[in-house]
Amino acid sequence: MLEFINSNIQIVYLVILMIFVGVELIEKVPSVLHTPLMSGANAIHGVVIIGAIIIMGQAESMFATILGFISVILGTLNVVGGFVVTDRMLEMFKKRK
Amino acid sequence: MNKEILQLIYLVGSVSFMIGLKMLSKPDTARKGNLVAAFGMTIAILGTIFLYDGIKTSNYGWIFGGLIIGSILGTLSAKKVKMTQMPEMVSLFNGMGGACAMLISAVEFTHLTHNYEIGALPHGQLLIIMLGLIIGSISFVGSLVAWGKLSGRVGDKTLKLQQLVNIGLLVFILGIACYTIFAGPAETVTYFYVIWGLSVLYGILFVMPIGGADMPVVISLLNSFTGVAAAMGGFLYDNKVMLVGGILVGSAGTLLTLVMCKAMNRSLTNVLIGNFGGGSSGESATSPSGGHIREINAGDTAILLKYANKVIIVPGYGLAVAQAQHVCHELEELLESEGVGVKYAIHPVAGRMPGHMNVLLAESNVSYDKLVEMEHINPEFTTTDVVLVVGANDVVNPAAKTDPSSPIYGMPILDVENAKNIIVMKRSMKAGYAGIENELFYQPKTSMLFGDAKGTLTKLVAEVKAL
Repeated sequence: MLEFINSNIQIVYLVILMIFVGVELIEKVPSVLHTPLMSGANAIHGVVIIGAIIIMGQAESMFATILGFISVILGTLNVVGGFVVTDRMLEMFKKRK
Repeated sequence: MNKEILQLIYLVGSVSFMIGLKMLSKPDTARKGNLVAAFGMTIAILGTIFLYDGIKTSNYGWIFGGLIIGSILGTLSAKKVKMTQMPEMVSLFNGMGGACAMLISAVEFTHLTHNYEIGALPHGQLLIIMLGLIIGSISFVGSLVAWGKLSGRVGDKTLKLQQLVNIGLLVFILGIACYTIFAGPAETVTYFYVIWGLSVLYGILFVMPIGGADMPVVISLLNSFTGVAAAMGGFLYDNKVMLVGGILVGSAGTLLTLVMCKAMNRSLTNVLIGNFGGGSSGESATSPSGGHIREINAGDTAILLKYANKVIIVPGYGLAVAQAQHVCHELEELLESEGVGVKYAIHPVAGRMPGHMNVLLAESNVSYDKLVEMEHINPEFTTTDVVLVVGANDVVNPAAKTDPSSPIYGMPILDVENAKNIIVMKRSMKAGYAGIENELFYQPKTSMLFGDAKGTLTKLVAEVKAL
Protein backbone atom coordinates (compact mmCIF):
# COMPACT_ATOMS: atom_id res chain seq x y z
CA MET A 1 0.00 0.00 0.00
CA LEU A 2 2.78 2.39 1.01
CA GLU A 3 4.53 1.54 -2.21
CA PHE A 4 1.36 2.24 -4.16
CA ILE A 5 1.02 5.70 -2.64
CA ASN A 6 4.69 6.44 -3.22
CA SER A 7 4.61 5.44 -6.84
CA ASN A 8 1.55 7.64 -7.38
CA ILE A 9 2.62 10.54 -5.21
CA GLN A 10 2.06 13.14 -7.96
CA ILE A 11 -1.53 12.02 -8.32
CA VAL A 12 -2.04 12.15 -4.57
CA TYR A 13 -0.82 15.75 -4.58
CA LEU A 14 -3.11 16.54 -7.51
CA VAL A 15 -6.13 15.07 -5.70
CA ILE A 16 -5.50 17.05 -2.55
CA LEU A 17 -4.96 20.30 -4.46
CA MET A 18 -8.13 19.73 -6.49
CA ILE A 19 -10.15 19.22 -3.31
CA PHE A 20 -9.07 22.67 -2.14
CA VAL A 21 -9.64 24.24 -5.54
CA GLY A 22 -13.15 22.75 -5.68
CA VAL A 23 -14.01 24.20 -2.30
CA GLU A 24 -12.52 27.62 -3.11
CA LEU A 25 -14.17 27.87 -6.50
CA ILE A 26 -17.72 27.78 -5.28
CA GLU A 27 -17.43 29.53 -1.96
CA LYS A 28 -20.09 32.18 -1.42
CA VAL A 29 -22.26 31.11 -4.30
CA PRO A 30 -25.66 32.88 -4.11
CA SER A 31 -28.60 30.55 -3.51
CA VAL A 32 -30.03 31.60 -6.88
CA LEU A 33 -27.29 29.59 -8.52
CA HIS A 34 -27.38 26.45 -6.38
CA THR A 35 -29.42 24.44 -8.85
CA PRO A 36 -27.64 25.52 -12.07
CA LEU A 37 -24.26 25.03 -10.37
CA MET A 38 -25.23 21.53 -9.27
CA SER A 39 -26.40 20.80 -12.77
CA GLY A 40 -23.19 22.19 -14.31
CA ALA A 41 -21.06 20.12 -11.94
CA ASN A 42 -23.22 17.15 -12.89
CA ALA A 43 -22.27 17.66 -16.54
CA ILE A 44 -18.57 18.00 -15.67
CA HIS A 45 -18.38 14.64 -13.93
CA GLY A 46 -19.62 13.26 -17.22
CA VAL A 47 -15.88 13.32 -18.03
CA VAL A 48 -16.15 9.68 -16.96
CA ILE A 49 -17.11 9.14 -20.61
CA ILE A 50 -13.41 9.25 -21.47
CA GLY A 51 -13.03 5.98 -19.57
CA ALA A 52 -15.95 4.57 -21.54
CA ILE A 53 -14.35 5.61 -24.85
CA ILE A 54 -11.05 4.00 -23.86
CA ILE A 55 -12.83 0.73 -23.01
CA MET A 56 -14.88 0.85 -26.18
CA GLY A 57 -11.86 1.66 -28.32
CA GLN A 58 -9.80 -1.20 -26.91
CA ALA A 59 -12.64 -3.72 -26.73
CA GLU A 60 -11.94 -7.14 -28.18
CA SER A 61 -14.38 -9.44 -26.40
CA MET A 62 -18.14 -9.37 -26.88
CA PHE A 63 -18.55 -8.58 -23.18
CA ALA A 64 -16.34 -5.49 -23.34
CA THR A 65 -17.93 -4.35 -26.60
CA ILE A 66 -21.48 -4.48 -25.24
CA LEU A 67 -20.70 -2.92 -21.86
CA GLY A 68 -18.40 -0.37 -23.51
CA PHE A 69 -21.08 0.63 -25.98
CA ILE A 70 -23.70 1.01 -23.24
CA SER A 71 -21.33 3.05 -21.11
CA VAL A 72 -20.49 5.38 -24.02
CA ILE A 73 -24.22 6.03 -24.45
CA LEU A 74 -24.74 6.57 -20.71
CA GLY A 75 -21.71 8.84 -20.46
CA THR A 76 -22.83 10.91 -23.44
CA LEU A 77 -26.29 11.27 -21.93
CA ASN A 78 -24.66 12.60 -18.77
CA VAL A 79 -22.45 15.08 -20.65
CA VAL A 80 -24.82 16.34 -23.33
CA GLY A 81 -27.98 16.25 -21.21
CA GLY A 82 -26.14 17.89 -18.33
CA PHE A 83 -24.80 20.81 -20.33
CA VAL A 84 -28.05 21.39 -22.24
CA VAL A 85 -30.19 21.36 -19.09
CA THR A 86 -27.78 23.77 -17.37
CA ASP A 87 -27.86 26.07 -20.37
CA ARG A 88 -31.64 26.05 -20.36
CA MET A 89 -31.70 27.00 -16.69
CA LEU A 90 -29.23 29.82 -17.20
CA GLU A 91 -30.95 31.08 -20.32
CA MET A 92 -33.57 32.46 -17.97
CA PHE A 93 -31.09 34.87 -16.46
CA LYS A 94 -29.84 36.46 -19.64
CA LYS A 95 -32.71 38.83 -20.38
CA ARG A 96 -32.82 40.65 -17.08
CA LYS A 97 -32.27 44.36 -17.60
CA MET B 1 3.82 12.91 -30.71
CA ASN B 2 0.11 12.12 -30.43
CA LYS B 3 0.53 11.33 -26.78
CA GLU B 4 2.13 14.69 -26.05
CA ILE B 5 -0.58 16.61 -27.87
CA LEU B 6 -3.25 14.66 -26.01
CA GLN B 7 -1.69 15.57 -22.66
CA LEU B 8 -1.80 19.21 -23.70
CA ILE B 9 -5.46 18.86 -24.68
CA TYR B 10 -6.21 17.27 -21.31
CA LEU B 11 -4.47 20.19 -19.61
CA VAL B 12 -6.61 22.71 -21.49
CA GLY B 13 -9.68 20.61 -20.67
CA SER B 14 -8.85 20.52 -16.95
CA VAL B 15 -8.27 24.26 -16.79
CA SER B 16 -11.52 24.96 -18.64
CA PHE B 17 -13.38 22.85 -16.04
CA MET B 18 -11.94 24.99 -13.26
CA ILE B 19 -12.67 28.27 -15.05
CA GLY B 20 -16.13 27.05 -16.04
CA LEU B 21 -17.02 26.09 -12.49
CA LYS B 22 -15.76 29.42 -11.20
CA MET B 23 -17.84 31.34 -13.74
CA LEU B 24 -20.87 29.19 -12.95
CA SER B 25 -20.86 30.51 -9.41
CA LYS B 26 -21.56 34.14 -10.49
CA PRO B 27 -24.89 35.17 -12.03
CA ASP B 28 -23.38 37.36 -14.75
CA THR B 29 -20.93 34.82 -16.08
CA ALA B 30 -22.79 31.59 -15.31
CA ARG B 31 -24.05 30.86 -18.79
CA LYS B 32 -20.64 31.45 -20.38
CA GLY B 33 -19.07 29.28 -17.68
CA ASN B 34 -21.26 26.39 -18.71
CA LEU B 35 -20.11 26.81 -22.31
CA VAL B 36 -16.46 27.00 -21.26
CA ALA B 37 -16.79 23.69 -19.40
CA ALA B 38 -18.65 22.16 -22.37
CA PHE B 39 -15.81 23.26 -24.66
CA GLY B 40 -13.26 21.60 -22.39
CA MET B 41 -15.32 18.43 -22.41
CA THR B 42 -15.63 18.40 -26.20
CA ILE B 43 -11.91 18.70 -26.88
CA ALA B 44 -11.13 16.09 -24.20
CA ILE B 45 -13.56 13.63 -25.82
CA LEU B 46 -12.37 14.25 -29.39
CA GLY B 47 -8.74 14.15 -28.29
CA THR B 48 -9.28 10.77 -26.63
CA ILE B 49 -10.98 9.30 -29.68
CA PHE B 50 -8.34 10.36 -32.19
CA LEU B 51 -5.11 10.53 -30.19
CA TYR B 52 -5.35 7.99 -27.35
CA ASP B 53 -2.93 5.10 -27.70
CA GLY B 54 -4.66 1.81 -28.45
CA ILE B 55 -8.04 3.02 -29.68
CA LYS B 56 -8.78 0.73 -32.61
CA THR B 57 -10.12 2.41 -35.71
CA SER B 58 -12.30 -0.67 -36.25
CA ASN B 59 -14.19 0.34 -33.11
CA TYR B 60 -14.88 3.90 -34.31
CA GLY B 61 -18.30 2.81 -35.47
CA TRP B 62 -19.28 1.75 -31.97
CA ILE B 63 -17.83 4.89 -30.39
CA PHE B 64 -19.51 7.34 -32.73
CA GLY B 65 -22.70 5.29 -32.68
CA GLY B 66 -22.81 5.56 -28.90
CA LEU B 67 -21.95 9.25 -28.97
CA ILE B 68 -24.65 10.01 -31.51
CA ILE B 69 -27.37 7.98 -29.76
CA GLY B 70 -26.45 9.54 -26.41
CA SER B 71 -26.34 13.07 -27.83
CA ILE B 72 -29.71 12.78 -29.53
CA LEU B 73 -31.42 11.23 -26.50
CA GLY B 74 -29.71 13.67 -24.12
CA THR B 75 -30.54 16.79 -26.13
CA LEU B 76 -34.13 15.78 -26.76
CA SER B 77 -34.89 14.94 -23.14
CA ALA B 78 -33.07 18.04 -21.87
CA LYS B 79 -34.92 20.32 -24.31
CA LYS B 80 -38.32 18.74 -23.77
CA VAL B 81 -38.31 18.72 -19.97
CA LYS B 82 -40.49 21.32 -18.25
CA MET B 83 -38.93 23.79 -15.83
CA THR B 84 -40.70 22.07 -12.94
CA GLN B 85 -39.10 18.75 -13.82
CA MET B 86 -35.52 20.03 -14.01
CA PRO B 87 -34.54 18.52 -10.65
CA GLU B 88 -35.65 15.05 -11.72
CA MET B 89 -33.77 15.44 -14.98
CA VAL B 90 -30.54 16.40 -13.21
CA SER B 91 -30.92 13.37 -10.98
CA LEU B 92 -31.47 11.09 -13.96
CA PHE B 93 -28.41 12.39 -15.83
CA ASN B 94 -26.38 12.00 -12.66
CA GLY B 95 -27.49 8.37 -12.47
CA MET B 96 -26.31 7.81 -16.04
CA GLY B 97 -22.83 9.04 -15.08
CA GLY B 98 -22.82 6.72 -12.06
CA ALA B 99 -23.86 3.77 -14.22
CA CYS B 100 -21.08 4.61 -16.68
CA ALA B 101 -18.47 4.54 -13.88
CA MET B 102 -19.95 1.28 -12.60
CA LEU B 103 -19.70 -0.43 -16.00
CA ILE B 104 -16.13 0.80 -16.51
CA SER B 105 -15.18 -0.88 -13.24
CA ALA B 106 -16.89 -4.11 -14.31
CA VAL B 107 -15.03 -4.23 -17.63
CA GLU B 108 -11.69 -3.30 -16.07
CA PHE B 109 -12.16 -6.04 -13.49
CA THR B 110 -12.48 -8.67 -16.21
CA HIS B 111 -9.34 -7.26 -17.87
CA LEU B 112 -7.53 -7.50 -14.56
CA THR B 113 -8.55 -11.13 -13.92
CA HIS B 114 -7.57 -11.86 -17.51
CA ASN B 115 -4.08 -10.43 -17.16
CA TYR B 116 -3.17 -11.65 -13.67
CA GLU B 117 -3.57 -14.84 -11.63
CA ILE B 118 -6.43 -14.77 -9.12
CA GLY B 119 -4.78 -14.22 -5.76
CA ALA B 120 -2.02 -12.13 -7.30
CA LEU B 121 -4.16 -9.23 -8.54
CA PRO B 122 -2.43 -5.88 -7.93
CA HIS B 123 -3.96 -4.42 -4.76
CA GLY B 124 -3.90 -0.78 -5.82
CA GLN B 125 -5.76 -1.30 -9.08
CA LEU B 126 -8.24 -3.68 -7.50
CA LEU B 127 -8.95 -1.16 -4.74
CA ILE B 128 -9.66 1.57 -7.29
CA ILE B 129 -11.87 -0.70 -9.35
CA MET B 130 -13.83 -1.75 -6.26
CA LEU B 131 -14.31 1.83 -5.11
CA GLY B 132 -15.44 2.86 -8.58
CA LEU B 133 -17.88 -0.03 -8.61
CA ILE B 134 -19.32 0.61 -5.15
CA ILE B 135 -19.62 4.40 -5.47
CA GLY B 136 -20.83 4.24 -9.07
CA SER B 137 -23.53 1.68 -8.22
CA ILE B 138 -24.79 3.63 -5.21
CA SER B 139 -24.90 6.83 -7.25
CA PHE B 140 -26.67 5.12 -10.16
CA VAL B 141 -29.39 3.38 -8.17
CA GLY B 142 -29.71 6.18 -5.62
CA SER B 143 -30.26 8.73 -8.38
CA LEU B 144 -32.93 6.55 -9.97
CA VAL B 145 -34.76 6.30 -6.63
CA ALA B 146 -34.42 10.08 -6.12
CA TRP B 147 -35.78 10.62 -9.63
CA GLY B 148 -38.70 8.30 -8.87
CA LYS B 149 -39.45 10.16 -5.65
CA LEU B 150 -39.39 13.62 -7.21
CA SER B 151 -41.64 12.57 -10.05
CA GLY B 152 -44.00 10.91 -7.61
CA ARG B 153 -43.41 7.38 -8.88
CA VAL B 154 -41.87 6.19 -5.61
CA GLY B 155 -43.20 6.96 -2.12
CA ASP B 156 -41.28 7.33 1.13
CA LYS B 157 -40.74 3.97 2.75
CA THR B 158 -38.89 3.27 5.95
CA LEU B 159 -38.13 -0.15 7.34
CA LYS B 160 -37.82 -0.74 11.05
CA LEU B 161 -34.27 -0.01 12.19
CA GLN B 162 -33.53 1.17 8.67
CA GLN B 163 -30.54 3.28 9.72
CA LEU B 164 -28.95 0.36 11.55
CA VAL B 165 -29.54 -1.93 8.58
CA ASN B 166 -27.99 0.67 6.25
CA ILE B 167 -24.88 1.19 8.34
CA GLY B 168 -24.51 -2.56 8.83
CA LEU B 169 -24.82 -3.17 5.11
CA LEU B 170 -22.26 -0.49 4.24
CA VAL B 171 -19.76 -1.89 6.76
CA PHE B 172 -20.40 -5.37 5.38
CA ILE B 173 -19.79 -4.23 1.78
CA LEU B 174 -16.54 -2.47 2.71
CA GLY B 175 -15.55 -5.51 4.77
CA ILE B 176 -15.82 -8.03 1.94
CA ALA B 177 -14.25 -5.52 -0.45
CA CYS B 178 -11.19 -5.25 1.82
CA TYR B 179 -11.07 -9.03 2.29
CA THR B 180 -11.26 -9.62 -1.46
CA ILE B 181 -8.58 -7.06 -2.24
CA PHE B 182 -6.02 -7.92 0.40
CA ALA B 183 -6.54 -11.63 1.09
CA GLY B 184 -7.03 -12.52 -2.58
CA PRO B 185 -9.40 -15.48 -2.09
CA ALA B 186 -9.95 -18.00 -4.85
CA GLU B 187 -13.59 -16.85 -5.21
CA THR B 188 -12.56 -13.24 -6.01
CA VAL B 189 -14.81 -13.14 -9.08
CA THR B 190 -17.87 -14.31 -7.11
CA TYR B 191 -17.16 -11.80 -4.35
CA PHE B 192 -16.91 -9.05 -6.95
CA TYR B 193 -20.44 -9.73 -8.16
CA VAL B 194 -21.72 -10.05 -4.57
CA ILE B 195 -20.23 -6.62 -3.79
CA TRP B 196 -21.83 -5.23 -6.93
CA GLY B 197 -25.26 -6.59 -5.99
CA LEU B 198 -25.04 -5.37 -2.40
CA SER B 199 -23.96 -1.89 -3.53
CA VAL B 200 -27.04 -1.68 -5.74
CA LEU B 201 -29.18 -2.73 -2.77
CA TYR B 202 -27.47 -0.15 -0.57
CA GLY B 203 -28.20 2.57 -3.12
CA ILE B 204 -31.91 1.80 -2.81
CA LEU B 205 -31.93 1.57 0.98
CA PHE B 206 -29.86 4.76 1.30
CA VAL B 207 -32.29 7.04 -0.53
CA MET B 208 -35.58 5.25 0.22
CA PRO B 209 -36.22 6.60 3.74
CA ILE B 210 -35.27 10.21 2.94
CA GLY B 211 -38.27 12.47 2.47
CA GLY B 212 -39.08 14.01 -0.90
CA ALA B 213 -38.50 17.52 0.47
CA ASP B 214 -34.86 16.65 1.13
CA MET B 215 -34.22 15.23 -2.33
CA PRO B 216 -32.24 18.28 -3.58
CA VAL B 217 -29.67 17.69 -0.86
CA VAL B 218 -29.52 13.99 -1.69
CA ILE B 219 -29.12 14.66 -5.41
CA SER B 220 -26.31 17.08 -4.69
CA LEU B 221 -24.63 14.46 -2.52
CA LEU B 222 -25.03 11.72 -5.14
CA ASN B 223 -23.67 14.21 -7.66
CA SER B 224 -20.45 14.49 -5.71
CA PHE B 225 -20.38 10.67 -5.36
CA THR B 226 -20.42 10.33 -9.13
CA GLY B 227 -17.59 12.87 -9.26
CA VAL B 228 -15.50 10.65 -7.01
CA ALA B 229 -16.42 7.57 -9.07
CA ALA B 230 -15.25 9.40 -12.21
CA ALA B 231 -12.00 10.29 -10.44
CA MET B 232 -11.46 6.57 -9.79
CA GLY B 233 -11.45 6.15 -13.57
CA GLY B 234 -8.82 8.89 -13.70
CA PHE B 235 -6.66 6.88 -11.30
CA LEU B 236 -7.16 3.72 -13.29
CA TYR B 237 -6.11 5.17 -16.63
CA ASP B 238 -3.68 7.69 -15.15
CA ASN B 239 -5.86 10.25 -16.91
CA LYS B 240 -5.49 13.76 -15.51
CA VAL B 241 -8.60 15.32 -17.00
CA MET B 242 -10.83 12.62 -15.51
CA LEU B 243 -9.08 13.03 -12.20
CA VAL B 244 -9.39 16.82 -12.16
CA GLY B 245 -13.02 16.84 -13.35
CA GLY B 246 -14.03 14.10 -10.93
CA ILE B 247 -12.32 15.45 -7.83
CA LEU B 248 -13.46 19.03 -8.56
CA VAL B 249 -17.07 17.90 -8.70
CA GLY B 250 -16.54 15.64 -5.71
CA SER B 251 -15.29 18.44 -3.47
CA ALA B 252 -17.39 21.29 -4.90
CA GLY B 253 -20.44 19.03 -4.77
CA THR B 254 -19.84 18.12 -1.15
CA LEU B 255 -19.50 21.78 -0.20
CA LEU B 256 -22.63 22.64 -2.18
CA THR B 257 -24.50 19.91 -0.30
CA LEU B 258 -23.43 21.43 3.01
CA VAL B 259 -24.40 24.93 1.84
CA MET B 260 -27.85 23.64 0.90
CA CYS B 261 -28.25 22.00 4.31
CA LYS B 262 -27.21 25.26 5.95
CA ALA B 263 -29.87 27.14 3.98
CA MET B 264 -32.41 24.85 5.67
CA ASN B 265 -30.65 25.19 9.00
CA ARG B 266 -30.19 21.46 9.28
CA SER B 267 -27.14 19.26 9.44
CA LEU B 268 -26.37 16.67 6.80
CA THR B 269 -26.74 13.84 9.33
CA ASN B 270 -30.14 15.21 10.23
CA VAL B 271 -31.19 15.08 6.59
CA LEU B 272 -29.85 11.59 6.05
CA ILE B 273 -31.01 10.01 9.30
CA GLY B 274 -33.86 12.12 10.69
CA ASN B 275 -36.55 11.01 8.27
CA PHE B 276 -38.94 13.72 7.32
CA GLY B 277 -42.65 13.10 7.55
CA GLY B 278 -42.37 10.29 10.08
CA GLY B 279 -42.25 10.45 13.86
CA SER B 280 -43.89 13.33 15.66
CA SER B 281 -45.74 14.79 12.69
CA GLY B 282 -48.34 12.06 13.02
CA GLU B 283 -49.65 13.32 16.33
CA SER B 284 -49.19 17.03 15.86
CA ALA B 285 -51.09 16.85 12.59
CA THR B 286 -54.41 16.57 14.33
CA SER B 287 -53.94 19.13 17.12
CA PRO B 288 -54.47 22.50 15.40
CA SER B 289 -57.21 21.36 13.07
CA GLY B 290 -59.77 22.29 15.70
CA GLY B 291 -59.30 25.91 14.63
CA HIS B 292 -61.35 27.63 11.96
CA ILE B 293 -60.20 28.69 8.61
CA ARG B 294 -61.53 31.71 6.81
CA GLU B 295 -62.20 31.54 3.12
CA ILE B 296 -62.03 34.53 0.80
CA ASN B 297 -63.05 34.90 -2.84
CA ALA B 298 -61.11 36.38 -5.73
CA GLY B 299 -63.16 39.59 -5.75
CA ASP B 300 -62.42 40.49 -2.14
CA THR B 301 -58.77 39.56 -2.62
CA ALA B 302 -58.53 41.87 -5.62
CA ILE B 303 -59.88 44.77 -3.55
CA LEU B 304 -57.39 44.09 -0.76
CA LEU B 305 -54.54 43.96 -3.26
CA LYS B 306 -55.51 47.05 -5.24
CA TYR B 307 -55.83 49.29 -2.22
CA ALA B 308 -52.71 48.07 -0.49
CA ASN B 309 -49.49 50.08 -0.40
CA LYS B 310 -47.18 47.15 -0.20
CA VAL B 311 -47.70 43.57 -1.30
CA ILE B 312 -45.28 40.68 -0.95
CA ILE B 313 -45.76 37.54 -3.00
CA VAL B 314 -44.41 34.30 -1.53
CA PRO B 315 -44.07 31.76 -4.35
CA GLY B 316 -43.76 28.04 -3.72
CA TYR B 317 -43.93 24.72 -5.49
CA GLY B 318 -47.62 25.22 -6.27
CA LEU B 319 -46.68 28.11 -8.56
CA ALA B 320 -44.22 25.89 -10.41
CA VAL B 321 -46.63 22.98 -10.76
CA ALA B 322 -49.40 25.20 -12.13
CA GLN B 323 -46.91 26.96 -14.46
CA ALA B 324 -48.40 30.18 -13.12
CA GLN B 325 -45.23 32.30 -13.24
CA HIS B 326 -46.36 34.32 -16.27
CA VAL B 327 -49.76 35.25 -14.92
CA CYS B 328 -48.13 35.96 -11.56
CA HIS B 329 -45.86 38.47 -13.30
CA GLU B 330 -48.91 39.93 -15.04
CA LEU B 331 -50.62 40.49 -11.70
CA GLU B 332 -47.45 42.07 -10.31
CA GLU B 333 -47.20 44.52 -13.25
CA LEU B 334 -50.87 45.37 -13.01
CA LEU B 335 -50.58 46.17 -9.31
CA GLU B 336 -47.42 48.18 -9.88
CA SER B 337 -49.23 50.27 -12.49
CA GLU B 338 -51.87 50.96 -9.83
CA GLY B 339 -49.10 52.27 -7.55
CA VAL B 340 -48.80 49.22 -5.31
CA GLY B 341 -45.27 48.20 -4.34
CA VAL B 342 -44.83 44.50 -5.11
CA LYS B 343 -41.92 42.29 -4.13
CA TYR B 344 -41.26 38.56 -4.11
CA ALA B 345 -39.99 36.82 -0.99
CA ILE B 346 -37.70 33.99 -1.97
CA HIS B 347 -37.11 31.29 0.61
CA PRO B 348 -33.84 29.47 -0.10
CA VAL B 349 -35.56 26.10 -0.37
CA ALA B 350 -38.93 27.10 -1.81
CA GLY B 351 -39.90 24.68 -4.55
CA ARG B 352 -38.06 21.45 -4.98
CA MET B 353 -34.56 22.87 -5.41
CA PRO B 354 -32.67 25.85 -4.07
CA GLY B 355 -33.00 28.63 -6.62
CA HIS B 356 -36.05 26.97 -8.17
CA MET B 357 -38.23 30.08 -7.75
CA ASN B 358 -35.59 32.45 -9.11
CA VAL B 359 -35.24 30.42 -12.26
CA LEU B 360 -38.99 30.13 -12.64
CA LEU B 361 -39.74 33.83 -12.14
CA ALA B 362 -36.81 34.90 -14.27
CA GLU B 363 -38.40 32.87 -17.04
CA SER B 364 -41.41 35.16 -16.99
CA ASN B 365 -39.16 38.26 -16.99
CA VAL B 366 -39.73 39.30 -13.40
CA SER B 367 -37.06 41.90 -12.74
CA TYR B 368 -34.13 40.58 -10.74
CA ASP B 369 -34.29 43.25 -8.02
CA LYS B 370 -37.88 42.32 -7.15
CA LEU B 371 -36.74 38.91 -5.91
CA VAL B 372 -35.67 39.43 -2.33
CA GLU B 373 -33.94 36.74 -0.31
CA MET B 374 -35.29 35.67 3.05
CA GLU B 375 -32.91 37.55 5.38
CA HIS B 376 -33.58 40.85 3.62
CA ILE B 377 -37.34 40.55 3.30
CA ASN B 378 -38.16 39.24 6.77
CA PRO B 379 -37.95 42.65 8.51
CA GLU B 380 -40.25 44.09 5.83
CA PHE B 381 -43.28 41.95 6.64
CA THR B 382 -44.33 44.17 9.57
CA THR B 383 -44.91 47.08 7.15
CA THR B 384 -46.64 44.96 4.53
CA ASP B 385 -50.37 45.21 3.90
CA VAL B 386 -50.98 41.96 2.06
CA VAL B 387 -48.89 38.84 1.76
CA LEU B 388 -49.95 36.58 -1.08
CA VAL B 389 -48.72 33.04 -0.50
CA VAL B 390 -48.89 31.23 -3.84
CA GLY B 391 -48.55 27.49 -3.44
CA ALA B 392 -46.00 27.63 -0.63
CA ASN B 393 -46.57 25.88 2.67
CA ASP B 394 -43.68 24.54 4.75
CA VAL B 395 -41.54 27.66 4.23
CA VAL B 396 -44.16 29.80 5.99
CA ASN B 397 -45.06 27.32 8.72
CA PRO B 398 -44.62 28.94 12.15
CA ALA B 399 -44.18 25.47 13.67
CA ALA B 400 -40.56 25.73 12.54
CA LYS B 401 -40.14 28.38 15.24
CA THR B 402 -42.59 27.31 17.92
CA ASP B 403 -42.96 23.53 17.95
CA PRO B 404 -39.79 21.64 18.92
CA SER B 405 -41.48 18.33 18.08
CA SER B 406 -42.04 19.39 14.48
CA PRO B 407 -39.79 17.78 11.87
CA ILE B 408 -39.06 21.19 10.38
CA TYR B 409 -38.26 22.78 13.76
CA GLY B 410 -35.25 25.07 13.41
CA MET B 411 -35.65 25.72 9.70
CA PRO B 412 -35.66 29.49 9.08
CA ILE B 413 -39.02 30.59 7.67
CA LEU B 414 -40.53 33.68 6.10
CA ASP B 415 -42.23 35.68 8.85
CA VAL B 416 -45.41 36.27 6.89
CA GLU B 417 -47.51 36.27 10.06
CA ASN B 418 -46.20 39.78 10.85
CA ALA B 419 -48.06 41.26 7.89
CA LYS B 420 -51.49 42.88 8.23
CA ASN B 421 -53.27 40.41 5.94
CA ILE B 422 -52.21 37.02 4.75
CA ILE B 423 -53.85 35.37 1.79
CA VAL B 424 -52.92 31.78 1.18
CA MET B 425 -53.60 30.39 -2.27
CA LYS B 426 -53.79 26.63 -2.16
CA ARG B 427 -55.56 23.88 -3.97
CA SER B 428 -56.91 22.28 -0.81
CA MET B 429 -56.24 22.03 2.91
CA LYS B 430 -53.84 19.16 2.29
CA ALA B 431 -50.52 19.34 4.13
CA GLY B 432 -47.35 20.44 2.34
CA TYR B 433 -44.49 18.30 1.15
CA ALA B 434 -43.16 17.66 4.63
CA GLY B 435 -46.58 16.25 5.50
CA ILE B 436 -47.25 18.53 8.44
CA GLU B 437 -50.14 20.76 9.40
CA ASN B 438 -49.69 24.54 9.14
CA GLU B 439 -51.05 26.65 11.99
CA LEU B 440 -50.72 29.78 9.91
CA PHE B 441 -53.89 28.83 8.05
CA TYR B 442 -55.93 29.00 11.26
CA GLN B 443 -54.75 32.42 12.36
CA PRO B 444 -57.33 35.23 12.36
CA LYS B 445 -55.29 37.37 9.94
CA THR B 446 -55.13 34.57 7.40
CA SER B 447 -57.64 33.98 4.62
CA MET B 448 -57.64 30.99 2.32
CA LEU B 449 -58.19 31.36 -1.41
CA PHE B 450 -58.71 27.87 -2.77
CA GLY B 451 -58.00 26.80 -6.33
CA ASP B 452 -55.26 26.04 -8.80
CA ALA B 453 -52.59 28.79 -8.75
CA LYS B 454 -52.85 29.62 -12.42
CA GLY B 455 -56.66 29.74 -12.52
CA THR B 456 -56.91 31.81 -9.36
CA LEU B 457 -54.23 34.29 -10.42
CA THR B 458 -55.92 34.70 -13.79
CA LYS B 459 -59.19 35.45 -11.99
CA LEU B 460 -57.40 37.94 -9.72
CA VAL B 461 -55.93 39.76 -12.72
CA ALA B 462 -59.39 40.04 -14.25
CA GLU B 463 -60.93 41.24 -10.97
CA VAL B 464 -58.24 43.88 -10.40
CA LYS B 465 -58.70 45.12 -13.98
CA ALA B 466 -62.46 45.31 -13.48
CA LEU B 467 -62.23 47.40 -10.31
